[in-house]
Amino acid sequence: MKLSKEEQAILDGAEGETKAKIMRTIVEFGDVFGAKRLVPVTHDGHLVTSFGIGLIKPLFRIMDEIIDAGIKAQKPFTVDPRPIDYKNVKCNILNKLIFSKIMYSQQARYEEQLKKIGLKNEDGFTCTCYHDEVGNVPKYGDILCWAESSAVVYANSVLGARCNRNSGMLDIFSSIIGKVPEFGLLTDEGRKADWIIEIKTTKLPEAQILGSAIGLKVMEDVPYIVGLDKFLGKKLDNDTKAYLKDMGAASASNGSVGLYHVDNLTPEAKKLKKTLIKNNAKTYVIDDKELQRVYDSYPILWKDKEAKPKLCFIGCPHLSSSQLDTWADKILAGLKENKKKKVTVRTILTTAPAIRKAFEKTDKYVALNKAGVRVSSICPLMYTNNPIAGKSPIITSSNKLRTYSSSRYYKDDEILNIITGTKKA
Amino acid sequence: MEKEFKGRVIAGGDLVGEAIVSRNGVNTLATFQKSALKNAKKVICSDQNNPDLYGKLLTGKILCLPKTIGSTTGGLVIQTICSMGINPSAMLFSEPIDSLACSGIILAKNWENSKIIAIDKLGKKFLDYVQSGDKIEIKSDGTVKVIR
Repeated sequence: MKLSKEEQAILDGAEGETKAKIMRTIVEFGDVFGAKRLVPVTHDGHLVTSFGIGLIKPLFRIMDEIIDAGIKAQKPFTVDPRPIDYKNVKCNILNKLIFSKIMYSQQARYEEQLKKIGLKNEDGFTCTCYHDEVGNVPKYGDILCWAESSAVVYANSVLGARCNRNSGMLDIFSSIIGKVPEFGLLTDEGRKADWIIEIKTTKLPEAQILGSAIGLKVMEDVPYIVGLDKFLGKKLDNDTKAYLKDMGAASASNGSVGLYHVDNLTPEAKKLKKTLIKNNAKTYVIDDKELQRVYDSYPILWKDKEAKPKLCFIGCPHLSSSQLDTWADKILAGLKENKKKKVTVRTILTTAPAIRKAFEKTDKYVALNKAGVRVSSICPLMYTNNPIAGKSPIITSSNKLRTYSSSRYYKDDEILNIITGTKKA
Repeated sequence: MEKEFKGRVIAGGDLVGEAIVSRNGVNTLATFQKSALKNAKKVICSDQNNPDLYGKLLTGKILCLPKTIGSTTGGLVIQTICSMGINPSAMLFSEPIDSLACSGIILAKNWENSKIIAIDKLGKKFLDYVQSGDKIEIKSDGTVKVIR
């Protein structure tokens, strides 16, 4: 990689040993991928590491080293959701002890470290920083140094920004240097599609299963999806963006998709159309049968497969405000229809702090609370990542949460029926 | 019977060890998280979606895989297991290394003084041939010998 004089000076230690080591890590990383140069980051950052898990000692040690060296991020950043919310996601004493004293013993320390380095604000803890209410919204063509797989795939695909699938730590390092190596999804060639995904279903596919099927098939390649606009239309309205958010998150967690194009819908597909497809692209046809096959392949990891669910998480990644509103309406209507006052399973809807705070002022919020539904800005994945919660029968409509925990996945309608008492799980 | 393959060195070294093979992409977070969170002395793969590795010991083994997949915490997870000393001794990628695994290897090398070996671009034939339990000899120039 060819460095500018300024970049070389940092590498040679002109701004201290810590910054030199940070630069060395970025340069070595870029060299592996054949990057010819570093390019400036043009928008605020987003970090994947929001959790003070005591065992991730390297993270806290390096953060201390950065702070001691007086180094800060060049632009402010948001960060993934917090792992605990005792107010809305109640825990027993043993759970609290494990969370506060063992699992997330470094949470307060880590949040202080984040503030010192450049955390945007107190409400910056969400995996969906790109929602308008949160305000970390890149524009078309922006160069990013984000991590968080679901945010990266959304920024690339739905917003047309340019970001590689950066790892935790590299996101912080690139925010500090203010530059990233130019390769992969930052280049025109790297954004071309290796796969054509033909949607031949009889109705709009469940976003979470479609994303899962695509991720499992293409892994980290770029898919160009045709036939989805038949169901979604050609306009990126709030509902369509929410659908693409969930589809992308599933493709990024079940595989490692960093960018997808949807014919006639996503910004680059609209602009460049099928010239985005490589000549030798492979084809994957998705019909009703294929979606069912993928759905049926998900293992049930509960010890007692017939157990009654004890907790339900909806919103991984965090719900948009329109999704939160829709879920509230459907749950309240379902309970009314079934003549029930409370949900049958303790249910947590998760969304960004700014969206939650606005929703808390509404009548729907009060009605949901009365019905036993809580609205939180917790990270469901981090919550379920502990030995006690891991053994509990948790249900979810998130394919990402299914992938990283023993939570059992149900489609949106199935979840709704379960929690409103239409059908037993 | 021996078969030799040549790849690109990401983090070099000489090593002899036992192969453990994943035919599909290895989900780093799902694979290592349970052992890391338990502060375990050894890593047992906890990825329910990976039948090749699920429930198997990975610490000290030579992990043969196409690439890693999944959460962007992946690099930090690799760095952490290296700092805990419970990492596979080597990661042999049949495909070009992905950005998350690469981050983890470089972070481990620069910030943890880890000796983990990583070689990529070993080719599809390598992954088709190697089997769990095979003896593997790795040379610092990227040569990988599979002995059965």
